Amino acid sequence: MKKLATMALATAMAAGPALADLVIPDLHYRTGPFAAGGIPFSDGYQDYFTLLNQRDGGIGGVPLRIVSCETAYNTERGVECYESTKGEGSLVYQPLSTGITYQLIPRATADGIPLHTMGYGRTSAANGDVFSHVFNYPANYWDAASVIVNQLLEENDGSLEGKSIALLYHNSAYGREPIRTLETLSEMHGFELSQIAVDSPGQEQGNQWLQIRRERPDYVVMWGWGVMNQVAVQEAINTRFPMENFIGNWWAGAEHDVAQSGEDAAGYRALNMNRLGDMPVFAEIQEHVLDAGLGAGDGTNLGSVLYTRGMYAAILAAEAIRKAQEIHDVADITPAMMRDGMEALEMTNARMEELGVPMIGPEFAVSCEDHGGTGMAIMTQWNGTEWVTLTDFVAPDDSVTQPLVMEDSAQFAAENNISSQCGDS
Amino acid sequence: MFYREAGDFKTTYAEDNQTFPIAFDRYRYYFVLIVGLAIVPFVIDDYWANAILIPFLIYAIAAIGLNILTGYCGQVSLGTGGFMAVGAFTSYKLMTAFPWMDMVTITLLSGVMTAIVGVAFGLPSLRIKGFYLAVATLAAQFFLVWLFNKVPWFYNYSASGQISAPERSMFGFAVTGPNAEAWVKYVFCFVFVFVLAWVARNLTRGALGRQWMAIRDMDIAAEIIGVNPLRAKLSAFAVSSFYVGIAGALLFTVYLGAVEVGEAYGILKSFLVLFMIIIGGLGSIFGSFAGAAFMVLLPVALRNFFAGGLGWDPALATHFEFVIVGALIMFFLIKEPHGLARLWALLKEKLRLWPFPH
Repeated sequence: MKKLATMALATAMAAGPALADLVIPDLHYRTGPFAAGGIPFSDGYQDYFTLLNQRDGGIGGVPLRIVSCETAYNTERGVECYESTKGEGSLVYQPLSTGITYQLIPRATADGIPLHTMGYGRTSAANGDVFSHVFNYPANYWDAASVIVNQLLEENDGSLEGKSIALLYHNSAYGREPIRTLETLSEMHGFELSQIAVDSPGQEQGNQWLQIRRERPDYVVMWGWGVMNQVAVQEAINTRFPMENFIGNWWAGAEHDVAQSGEDAAGYRALNMNRLGDMPVFAEIQEHVLDAGLGAGDGTNLGSVLYTRGMYAAILAAEAIRKAQEIHDVADITPAMMRDGMEALEMTNARMEELGVPMIGPEFAVSCEDHGGTGMAIMTQWNGTEWVTLTDFVAPDDSVTQPLVMEDSAQFAAENNISSQCGDS
Repeated sequence: MFYREAGDFKTTYAEDNQTFPIAFDRYRYYFVLIVGLAIVPFVIDDYWANAILIPFLIYAIAAIGLNILTGYCGQVSLGTGGFMAVGAFTSYKLMTAFPWMDMVTITLLSGVMTAIVGVAFGLPSLRIKGFYLAVATLAAQFFLVWLFNKVPWFYNYSASGQISAPERSMFGFAVTGPNAEAWVKYVFCFVFVFVLAWVARNLTRGALGRQWMAIRDMDIAAEIIGVNPLRAKLSAFAVSSFYVGIAGALLFTVYLGAVEVGEAYGILKSFLVLFMIIIGGLGSIFGSFAGAAFMVLLPVALRNFFAGGLGWDPALATHFEFVIVGALIMFFLIKEPHGLARLWALLKEKLRLWPFPH
């Protein structure tokens, strides 16, 4: 009881004086059917900011403060989390959920707080001319679809004529995102596309895999998340589908998706938007954060696929904060300045090397019109015990994705009366 | 001492038949109305509106709707989520097809559309009863969600299948969309709740409500004394779906702004509203409010207490929230199977005698 009282007092006091700090809200989900993916991402995201606090005393001398809120991947809770944390001076939101992103796009834009939806959310937000406060660099779903097809083209000597690809997708906004791109690509390259929906959360996939067994597609491409991935991998093994022809997107390629199937799942491939493997920064996180007992989680996720991606998201946010401090020459920045920083963000190989994460992502620069980055991704493969990188960064076919982005964002602009955001500046 | 009739003389039949015959109760009701309409809009902020009060008001409408069907007419329904989706998609189509239409008309038309769909799915209730009807309405739930996922016309062929509410104004104030002020949204919902609850209360007191209750208590006996089961059951489905449709429409237009049918209107929503009326009290308008408050406010309050007040880890707090809400549901159902409304009635009885119970 006394301990509780002390804790309550400590929080009350911590909330009391208004010291300068950079507030980073973390809308995580450590409970519910998607927690397996939510925990490592959130650990990586928070641990990197803790590292900056411990090692450098924050960014530009101003400490970072993480405000975490549990959404359980539920949109109504996501809204509650957003409303309860936006008043604290939150700099950037990173909800890790396409459904919550759709809720937050209009709200955050109206409140002037930037939203970074890294490789998820609304794809057409890449058009900064319409979506002033939404950023989805370094890559988006339509890029992912295009990268997978480009990779398959390369494996099939440049032609997918007569091949068949089945898209196995989470029946939600997230899973439906790539359909439009894949349809366009299927017309362009002459492959046959079949769409197979899996209702959330996806523990039941018997019918879907029966259909796959019947149709015998050459490739199965999966847009899955959470428990759906594990079940799909297991079902693929059960139906004896050739694993190397089963390809997941970057949310369907983490250790926990395949580890339970182990050796049987060897050969399963997945995209990734960041590089894996050991990096100097992990040693520093181990030393300054985990060994000091300040880790967001239990520390077992360090270096895993989603931990690395969460950390990469934090690196991009931290770099944008630095950029914003530089542009405005203020250390304690506001969300509006943060937006300017994100729009001027430039990631170079030299800078990534300096941060202890050599080549973690592709080099890219954000501009007012382009909030989407290069869209490049690597292909990784599960060898039975770990994920190995197969390719270098593969570029998407911008001539396919760009018109789709323009078309969809123009529709959004028309529905919501948004005028050009970049013309006047 | 409280809730006494002593000294409260009625001189007309109208006074004798009013909804709150006890003066103290009536003043409490006026007090709630005045606080709700004249004080809260001036002090409300974004968080209180968007995270607490607006969901409470919207779920109260849904709970009243389901209570009319299940609590008053005795027809178990598991299709609430699907019917809410009908309301939401009707208002989306109306908002995008007729940009000039005002939000009150849109919301009422969404209710009417849902009532039509509700009657169609209510037809089997004439032949099947009890658990079998519950399964039939469960089919409605899955069918409607599947339909809104499958047919792209419903979501205007958008890439993701999400629908999002464009900005619409009333009297110069934005009601929907991101620029809507918290108090405008609150007042909009409050007026709907007030009117709908008032209508529901009077419907259930009148001839129609008595027919519903007769069907609920014993349908064969009701039929023998001249209640037409076709009319009674289908009118219950129509009125109930009207309410549920309005709740679904408001949930989409005013509260969430963007929804995805499978997530926002899935089977869990049906269960949530059903739990609300079971915990609040079947066959009681007050119970619908109490149940909605219990299921919406309690989790938020617990979360703020554990994560905000005590500084616990948010994930741990969420797990505890499940434990506590679950335990409280069991506690209330064991201690008072007739719900919070019955507890409230008992409290009133006690207060009448307090402080001299003998």
